[in-house]
Amino acid sequence: MYTMNGAQLIIKLLERQGIDMIAGIPGGANLPLYHALFESPIRHILCRHEQGAGFLAQGIARTTGKAGVCFATSGPGATNVLTAIADAYLDSIPVICITGQVPASLIGTDAFQEVDTYGMSIPITKHNYLVRSVEELLRIIPKAFELALSGRPGPVLIDVPKDVQAATISFAEWPEPGSRLAQPPADSGQLEAAAGMINRAKRPILCLGGGIIHAGAAGEARALIEKCSLPTTMTLMGLGALPADHPQSLGMLGMHAARSTNMALQECDLFIAAGARFDDRATGKIVEFCPKANVIHMDIDPSELSKLKTAHIGLVGDVRESLGRLLPLAQANERKIWRNQIEVLQEMYPMTSPEAVVPEKPYGLILKVSELLAENGFVATDVGKHQMWTAQVYPFKRPRQLLTSGGLGTMGFGLPAAIGAALAFPDRQVVLFTGDGSLQMNIQELATAVEQQANVKIIVMNNNSLGLVRQQQNLFYAKQYFASDFQIDIDFAAIAKGFGMKAFNAKAGCDLPELLSIVLDQPGPCLINVPIGREEEVYPMVPPGASNSIMLGGCNAEKCTC
Amino acid sequence: MQKNAHAELIEQENQTAIMVLELTVNNHPGVMSHICGLFSRRAYNLEGIVCVPIGSGEVSRMWLQVNEETKLEQVIKQVQKLPDVLCVERHAAGHAVFSGLAAFV
Repeated sequence: MYTMNGAQLIIKLLERQGIDMIAGIPGGANLPLYHALFESPIRHILCRHEQGAGFLAQGIARTTGKAGVCFATSGPGATNVLTAIADAYLDSIPVICITGQVPASLIGTDAFQEVDTYGMSIPITKHNYLVRSVEELLRIIPKAFELALSGRPGPVLIDVPKDVQAATISFAEWPEPGSRLAQPPADSGQLEAAAGMINRAKRPILCLGGGIIHAGAAGEARALIEKCSLPTTMTLMGLGALPADHPQSLGMLGMHAARSTNMALQECDLFIAAGARFDDRATGKIVEFCPKANVIHMDIDPSELSKLKTAHIGLVGDVRESLGRLLPLAQANERKIWRNQIEVLQEMYPMTSPEAVVPEKPYGLILKVSELLAENGFVATDVGKHQMWTAQVYPFKRPRQLLTSGGLGTMGFGLPAAIGAALAFPDRQVVLFTGDGSLQMNIQELATAVEQQANVKIIVMNNNSLGLVRQQQNLFYAKQYFASDFQIDIDFAAIAKGFGMKAFNAKAGCDLPELLSIVLDQPGPCLINVPIGREEEVYPMVPPGASNSIMLGGCNAEKCTC
Repeated sequence: MQKNAHAELIEQENQTAIMVLELTVNNHPGVMSHICGLFSRRAYNLEGIVCVPIGSGEVSRMWLQVNEETKLEQVIKQVQKLPDVLCVERHAAGHAVFSGLAAFV
């Protein structure tokens, strides 16, 4: 017989799940949990805000593919962590969030630091629990991991009242750790039909989404791409699934895609979505997306099929398995005419120009960093212009290389996620591209980075404004720049130094490449502030709600008749 | 003219197909909230709900009366994804559960 209290049981069950790191902040309602954690070999990462803890757990999950775990106390601890949980939900990231709750006898009495964490987390988790007895933990903890990792991954929240943490339990046998369950395979008839459709297509385009990364299906995708000569675009979440320099790569699609990519999509006669969910930032006005195309949709989540665009063929199942089974059924085909057509578009409308890639410009800065960062390094971004510039030009080479908040678009994601990545892979380097707006939304985590000596290099692309908001005001709100330009100039290097972090300021006329290489050579965390012109916009841009055929700006925009 | 429009509206409403979903679900305090949330989040009205525990009380049976709308398919798929939902069946309108309730209203 094993005898312990609920808190010790939770920690032991987490150890048995193979968890070696937990991000969190203690408080009144989860102190028993922390008392038990002290005895455990699990490393605790003390954050400075629960949202930071949630994103740090995401950084671990996004880079390793395993579940990340975070702790928060009741009330404000729980409400603070919810943004990071909602973010994990929209990007299908396996996170286990364990919150403390007031003792069961006080639930529903407006007790100190009581909120309805269970009720608030229903719409933003894959599943959630309010634990009502210590015995339930034996079932709930492994089940939470199984749910978070199986099928379409996602966050699971477990709310544990303080008296449940303190209650004693005796039991004879440990439950099996929860793990990813195998999925039923896609229908063979549909697979054959899909192969037939691919074989008949003259102008197919494959789209790889975040599902390819979660499923570890990049190799299978590449084999199919090369055999069938499938031009391939990626969603923001799918970047890295096919190397950017692969001849069939069209880069990202949608609102800030290369003009040539969106134009090719308008022409395609077959659109194959693999682990992608037709997000509005990717498709633009959905009824005008790929107007001439048949649609094959592969997804592990049956509710995604025909949710937004009717699929002619739906393949429900693990996308890795589906792609692998498609390969022998699909015929090799060079598709030279289609290839030529796309190459003409790409030459006509390149993403960058020689004057845009000097290191003082956003693209140039990002490309310079990509030269300096080792191949096995990670790139994290926050949300805004810097994120889109990075998505447009950073030469991503492998799955999980990019950590970015796609679905929820949460400013403040980057710094804690980058710390999580650095702690999960202490022998690798992590570069964070952030903006002055985003950094300020979780700037307190600079303390966590220093305390943990995380190998994170923070590049602040500082335009002293909320850049993408400002850009929309420029383009669609009569240049009325209201509430988007900051009125004070913050010295981010001085702030970082205040946290004990090494920091640099890129002054006008400095040797930026040299300075960047100094930054990347520093041991531990380091920050560099790089001024960026406010007028630097992200082009091309599809106006929100418009068809992807309507793009503003970008190289040779004036030559475009669309 | 206005009267005609009103009559038309009433007629349209009468034509809206009603259907009944019968769910078998785990019986614990959060389940109803999980299911109703899927509908309310999509601005989808639940016209009627009946829920009773069955057997030893571990599971419940739930009948939902809903208007047939295009988004119904998506909500049903979402309901099927809930770990606490064990089974979903569809029935036509005029289900005995709801017609039996007529005596109480």
